[in-house]
Amino acid sequence: MAGSHNISRRDFIKITTAAVGTFIGAAVGLPAIAYLIDPALKSGSTDAWIPLGKLDSFVVGTPTPASFTRSTVNGWEKTVNSYGVFVLRTSETDTLVLSNKCTHLGCHVNWNTDKQEYICPCHDAQFGLEGQVLGGPPPRPMDRYSGDQVKVTDGTLLIHFMGG
Amino acid sequence: MIWKKLFAWLDERLSLTELYKATLDRPEPKGNWWNTLGSASLFLFLLQGATGIFLSVYYTPSPDHAYDSIQYIMNNVAFGWLIRGIHHWGATLMVLVVFIHMLRVFVTASYKYPRELTWLIGVGLLLCTLGMGFTGYLLPWDQKAYWATTVATSIAGSVPWVGPFIMRALRGGTDLSALTLSRFFAAHIWMLPAVLAGLIGTHIYLIIKHGESEFPGKDD
Ligand code: HEM
Ligand code: FES
Repeated sequence: MAGSHNISRRDFIKITTAAVGTFIGAAVGLPAIAYLIDPALKSGSTDAWIPLGKLDSFVVGTPTPASFTRSTVNGWEKTVNSYGVFVLRTSETDTLVLSNKCTHLGCHVNWNTDKQEYICPCHDAQFGLEGQVLGGPPPRPMDRYSGDQVKVTDGTLLIHFMGG
Repeated sequence: MIWKKLFAWLDERLSLTELYKATLDRPEPKGNWWNTLGSASLFLFLLQGATGIFLSVYYTPSPDHAYDSIQYIMNNVAFGWLIRGIHHWGATLMVLVVFIHMLRVFVTASYKYPRELTWLIGVGLLLCTLGMGFTGYLLPWDQKAYWATTVATSIAGSVPWVGPFIMRALRGGTDLSALTLSRFFAAHIWMLPAVLAGLIGTHIYLIIKHGESEFPGKDD
């Protein structure tokens, strides 16, 4: 049948089979790829502005503890973590917020009023009023929220939490 | 052409042409749509296998997470509804198609010499296919699944003498529990598919060996 517009029955079957096969393969295969890589496409960003309380409730010059919880949803599993910070109003207008997580191995530090320093109960780290290392094993100052990571809206103090 | 050369090279070592002739290009009796049901069963088996593997990427066989993980697949994973939908409806369709395939083999009396073994293996295939449906039904771990399995395993428990033992073996204890879910899962994704694959291979080997039976004519 060469040269004619008709194709043989055999070729017709071959072409139809290939076409239908490709169609089914693509209809199932392409969604399957999206299905597999789906978690990688979801942005894992967990940053948010966290309210810590009314600014007025924090005394200028004295570190005051505050805490908040964040929940992370991974698939069908929800984990709730709590975080602690110290709020230090360095002046009427400026606020510095320090994470209470020791930069050594992550224990929670406490503010010692007598010594005017943060003390870690685990390996005796000492941090100064603004989080600087005074002694002990920590490799860096306390993690901080300052500058544009801190804001006040309608009298409420908020920090820009980046996750972790 | 490079492809022709490559194919010739492979063919010389793998006998692809012979393989093709023996498996796909073998002589057939005059075509009949009823004779496609076995291939349809095979296709559905492969489709169930593929979609099942994909489901196992997110599904978690534990009472705490089974239901939630399926909700997650349905609502939060891209095309999760499609993958699960195909697997869900494919399961029903497969039982149906396998069953009609068996009916056609029965009606055309194709189970006779020399194909008795093909039929016997077919019986195993039907049982395994039903077993897949039975074990798969529990996996969503919702009320329907839980009670259906409770009832079905109690029916197995009504067999005289050995019934209670069978029931405990199926449930992995006296009650439905985490043990039931995980053994049904193991049966559903490992044991039954492995047996099915082996039986299908033998089934098809026998079909290729004996060729397909002629459709009975008016005189038969
Ligand atoms: C997973 C399930 C099954 C698969 C994948 C399967 C596959 C196949 C295929 C591809 C063929 C050749 C094409 C055809 O005649 O349709 C066939 C033929 C056959 N099947 Fe099955 N089958 C299955 C279940 C069964 C069952 C449940 C029985 C009977 C109990 C059975 C008995 C037979 C017999 C006797 C033949 C030979 C028919 C002939 O030569 O005309 N099969 N099967
Ligand atoms: S964890 Fe704080 S000093 Fe080691």
